[in-house]
Amino acid sequence: MEFTLKTLIFYGFALLTVASGIVVVTVRNIVHAAFSLMVTLFGVAGLYVFLQADFLAATQVIVYVGGILVLILFGVMMTSGRLEMRIHIERGQLLLGAVVAIALLMLLLAVIANTPQWKNVADDGTQLQPTTESIGTLILNGQFLLPFEVVSVLLLVALIGAALISRKEVRE
Amino acid sequence: MSLQHYLVISAMLFTLGIFAVLTRRNAISILMGIELILNSCNLNFAAFSRFVTPPENIDGQIIAIFGIVLAAAEAAVFLAIILAIYREFGSIRPNEVDTLKG
Repeated sequence: MEFTLKTLIFYGFALLTVASGIVVVTVRNIVHAAFSLMVTLFGVAGLYVFLQADFLAATQVIVYVGGILVLILFGVMMTSGRLEMRIHIERGQLLLGAVVAIALLMLLLAVIANTPQWKNVADDGTQLQPTTESIGTLILNGQFLLPFEVVSVLLLVALIGAALISRKEVRE
Repeated sequence: MSLQHYLVISAMLFTLGIFAVLTRRNAISILMGIELILNSCNLNFAAFSRFVTPPENIDGQIIAIFGIVLAAAEAAVFLAIILAIYREFGSIRPNEVDTLKG
């Protein structure tokens, strides 16, 4: 594989994603973890661009960084006083969790390395095509119409449920 | 860049998410771990859509978009439950929420 600018940027995004993911799960301050999660989400959006999924990358940035991350920060501010900003971790749990996680990673890497269908499936070199139009056609006029409607009902249910659960109880 | 590059990145993100869910003692940190797991799953869908199916077939990307929608709904409900738990118990450490524990 020749070492081009594209591969350099790809490895940059991959390193950014994994390194900030490690910071998310190891840092003690929960606000730092939230901001590191933002870097991870941006890195995944960059990887989507490399996968020629431009609409998916834009959705990732808008929904995750603009929505979920702000929601998480609101949750941190409403539930953590100054004392709770530091995340409590138990030592025994840490060791056991690390063993389980490393074993799982080894298993996944072994499966990825030994599946013959996945070996040397290289980039076919096609240029970035805009996908928004075909995604819109498939969702609104194709085989994904029913899942789209179901997901919209699910969002409504989640909205009503979240408002109902988090409101203050009115006592008569 | 081959398919295996993306699968390895995704496997690492998944493992980090599992590690966070197992070791963190704060409900919001657990939510961050779950978000990492969902991201790795969506990355896998997009990678398989790019490399395994023909280029004009983008079903995997649409599944990933549905995955993002589900993650948003899940985060909203999760944080609502956390707020209710905080009001009830004064803490969001999962160990201290043990009313249902036998």
